[in-house]
Amino acid sequence: MSALRRVIRLGRSGRGKLALAVLLGTLAASAAIGLSGTAAWLISRASQHPPVLHLMVAIVAVRTFGLARGLLRYGERLTGHDASFRILGDLRVATVERLERVVPTRSATDGRTLSTGDLLARFVADVDGLQDVWVRVLLPYASSALVGLATVTLVMFLSPAAGIALALSLVAAAVLAPWVSARAARGAGARTAPLRADYQSQVLDLLAGSTELAVYGAIESRLADIDHLDQAMTSAEARTATSAGVGAAIATAAAGAATWAGLWFGAGAVDSRTLAAVSLAVVVLVPLAVHEHFAALTTAAHQLPALASSAGRVEEIFQLPDAINEPDHLVDAPAGPFGLRISGLHARWGDDGPDVLRGIDIEIPAGSCTLLVGPSGSGKSTLAAVALRLLDPTGGTVELVGSAGAVDITHMDSDDVRRVVGWCAQDAYIFDSTIEANLLLARPEATPADLDRALRAARLDTWVHSLPKGLHTLVGEHGSSLSGGQRQRLALARVVLADSPIVIFDEPTEHLDETIATALATDLLSATAGKTVIVVTHRPELFPEFDHRADLHDGQLLRR
Amino acid sequence: MKPLDPRLLRYARATRGHLLVVVALGIATAMLVLTQAELFSRGIARVVADGALRSTLSAVLAALAAVIVGRTIVAWLQDSAAQRASAIVKSQLRARLIAHTAALGPDAGASRAEVATLSTTGLDALDDYFGQYLPQLILAVVVPFVVLARLLPADLTATFIVAVTLPLIPLFMVLVGKATEASNAKRWNALTRLSHHFLDVISGLPTLKVFGRAKAQADSVRRTTDQYRTTTMATLRVAFLSSLVLELIATLSVALVAVSVGLRLVDGGLDLRTGLLVIILAPEAYLPLRLVGARYHAAAEGLAAAERTFQVLETPLPVSGTETDLPDLRVGGSVRVRGVSCTHSGRPGTAPHAVDFEATVGQVVVLTGPSGAGKTTLLSVLLGARRPERGDVVVCGGGREVPLSALAREAWRTQLAWVDQTPYLFTGTIADNVRLARPVADEPSVRRALDASGLSAMAADRRIGEAGTGLSAGEQRRVAIARAVLREAPLILLDEPTAGLDTETEADILATIRMMATNAIVIMVSHRPAAIAAADHIVTVSSSEADPLEVHA
Repeated sequence: MSALRRVIRLGRSGRGKLALAVLLGTLAASAAIGLSGTAAWLISRASQHPPVLHLMVAIVAVRTFGLARGLLRYGERLTGHDASFRILGDLRVATVERLERVVPTRSATDGRTLSTGDLLARFVADVDGLQDVWVRVLLPYASSALVGLATVTLVMFLSPAAGIALALSLVAAAVLAPWVSARAARGAGARTAPLRADYQSQVLDLLAGSTELAVYGAIESRLADIDHLDQAMTSAEARTATSAGVGAAIATAAAGAATWAGLWFGAGAVDSRTLAAVSLAVVVLVPLAVHEHFAALTTAAHQLPALASSAGRVEEIFQLPDAINEPDHLVDAPAGPFGLRISGLHARWGDDGPDVLRGIDIEIPAGSCTLLVGPSGSGKSTLAAVALRLLDPTGGTVELVGSAGAVDITHMDSDDVRRVVGWCAQDAYIFDSTIEANLLLARPEATPADLDRALRAARLDTWVHSLPKGLHTLVGEHGSSLSGGQRQRLALARVVLADSPIVIFDEPTEHLDETIATALATDLLSATAGKTVIVVTHRPELFPEFDHRADLHDGQLLRR
Repeated sequence: MKPLDPRLLRYARATRGHLLVVVALGIATAMLVLTQAELFSRGIARVVADGALRSTLSAVLAALAAVIVGRTIVAWLQDSAAQRASAIVKSQLRARLIAHTAALGPDAGASRAEVATLSTTGLDALDDYFGQYLPQLILAVVVPFVVLARLLPADLTATFIVAVTLPLIPLFMVLVGKATEASNAKRWNALTRLSHHFLDVISGLPTLKVFGRAKAQADSVRRTTDQYRTTTMATLRVAFLSSLVLELIATLSVALVAVSVGLRLVDGGLDLRTGLLVIILAPEAYLPLRLVGARYHAAAEGLAAAERTFQVLETPLPVSGTETDLPDLRVGGSVRVRGVSCTHSGRPGTAPHAVDFEATVGQVVVLTGPSGAGKTTLLSVLLGARRPERGDVVVCGGGREVPLSALAREAWRTQLAWVDQTPYLFTGTIADNVRLARPVADEPSVRRALDASGLSAMAADRRIGEAGTGLSAGEQRRVAIARAVLREAPLILLDEPTAGLDTETEADILATIRMMATNAIVIMVSHRPAAIAAADHIVTVSSSEADPLEVHA
């Protein structure tokens, strides 16, 4: 819940509209309740056969309320949605701003990066879903509170005892009933959770291995096991049903009690002549109408637990530490040409993760080609991340060596470091846009001639020119309409376009067929000829021409 | 999506019984609402019209208290019954979904990840459908009729107003729904595109950061969201007119009823008790109809999950032959692949394209070819998991020849051993996983199979986690090979069994494969030179269309 409160503070630009929506919502509900109250009075008064003229005000009021309610509701819905979209914008901007400082992060426990597809999709869905907090929860609760206050005051004025009863019943309906429901749901959830977890892992096991099981004729017995678990889970869920209805029962009882109290206290007040008989119907029917409005709160409160856990997950990401600490006093990059000097380097992901790099020393002279070789998990990509200033070292230094001296990159602005050091990863992200847009992000001011040169260097020019839409061809989600080799070449063209003096290739030939990998490896090096190149790979045989080679194993260099 | 999908009744039988309960509770609610209105109008009229004292109202007040207790109990029953029914319905749907997906095999209509999500958390959205939507739907059908039936003897004018305006609500819902369908769909698409753009930006943030473009993204996200808001608000102004009309009909008719009743009371054409009864009941007729629309939001997600489940359940199972009398592959057996071509959805041409070869007992046949050529698909055909679009496979042995398509799938699979590219290991011990191939195998046989697969150092009782966590990829593949060894099947299908293994282990494994081939047919997909060298026969598989994009790469 506290995460929810912190998240609520994020939606700033929708506040004005939201306040307006609350006002309109309050007025709409008041019109509905006013219709009920004036109609009750009108009929009671009419039964005393007064001249029709004496009823005109009430008749006009009834008609006005009847008309106003729909119009006000319309206004409330429009402004509420407007507020919701503004808040969505706030949430997204806050997310981008925060994540920009956090990425690339990875969990210290399982090494998963935040960019893992399902994790990220869920996070984005969480962020987008949070707009419901304002429009589907805060808005109905705020307008209900105002309407509740107004009606309690009105009834209190007619019959204080009935007013107090109404106030208590409204609190029961708005707070107690949802609280009891949520408690029951939590209790039920806790009881079934272990069974669910067991069931889930069995199902995942069965589905992932279903072909194995089918081929070896073991499906039936597995399904029988799962069915057993399902039965246990279902009966546990069904047993919790008894407590599930208590919340709804409380809300219904509260509404009934308020109207009953209206009749009881109202009739008593008429007896003691403190209430005009014509107002008795008002004291009974107004609570009925206001509870009808409060019934919608059950739906609103029902969403709170899910929203709270969404907020919790978003908060968790927001609270990740910055990927790096920017220095207080910035040092400019030295003059080129550039090499890198890595001395005694230690690094790890997360504060309590194990050291991935444990004392690395490498000298990379300007204009050389260095192979960084090792099996997966040996720390090659972590080394690249430190050199790109995406991760702070925990010990040792990475220095940018220029013609007139060296600068520790942690003393530089990280964006400046990345202007010198470029990166082309195995999973280089391709945006769901055009080929041109994917290239331009490397250098927004590039001319068509620049783009052409970059494509030629990556040997994509013939292909792009053969496409009917050329540079404006859409590449699909994650570049799905490109082949693996083309994706890598597009990423290469991007790096060529960025034209940074140092380029790090991170497993550029991963997931590619032998022939394609060999051709790409050759083209990579010719496209970046003259630059300082570092190739991180576990397939050194693809890069026969190199100046230096460093073999990494388990975070340390192997002496060769 | 229909509010009450008949398939829900068909696939989850528990829905039927629950529907009866909900209807019974709906009728009870309607009757209680009616009685409550009667009692309130009688009580108020006694005080206002007859000047009765509160002490004379005790019967009415007691009856009212009873009605309120009754409504409370019904509300409780409704939610509890919904929860219980939802639990059973979900269980019935889950069981069918999992069994059907497993039977569909690798070419299931839905990804396994999707089915896993559906069966564990996705279907939970049905809780809201049963808890919030369905009861309201039934009330929306029952209550208006009950109210109208009571209004009719009380006041003809009010009955007329309600009876005329009430059908306008569903009518307008349908009309307006149809009119705004296109703009709603457009809005939905725009929203989806926007979410997608946001996800794309977030996913690509590390790349944007490397190119110094990440900080500029906040503005871009703000801009696109604002643009979306402006265009959407314009369409919403029209779309929301529908609910404006509905609200106007519902509240204006209540106002009309109240004014008409008031005027006739003045004339003395109506008594106060009837007048009160009419104005209490009139809004009750509209309420459930209004709420059912509002609660659709809660139900939509559950219905969507159910819809997806039905789609999977309606994917027809792959056809299987019926012949259970198999040709004896061990006696001069062979498998003949004749002109086999397979098509793939979303991809032109065929892969593999017109493959022809014969593999006989004692041979190792290696399938090679570029990725995407259809080698794994060809293995699926041999597994009986899918049928080729053209060509066929003939199984020969013991002097008989039977087309694979005529054989009963279960029977055919007793003849197979199979090692996938990324073999799946189940939670349990290494021995459990190897024994999958032959559950009755004794410990020494399991040990021998492990030894033959280059796992002599691996303890058979070592426990492994879900999806083989704790073992390296090479070790996982070797466990799968041990399965194949233990199976002692006459036809062994292997998909890249030595990929990612070092040369020494590869040589060991290939020796084991050669040994298995002495009295079996081995068909193996591989690119590795050592595997190709070990083959008796090499078949190059290709697709009908070479990928033009890869040619120069």
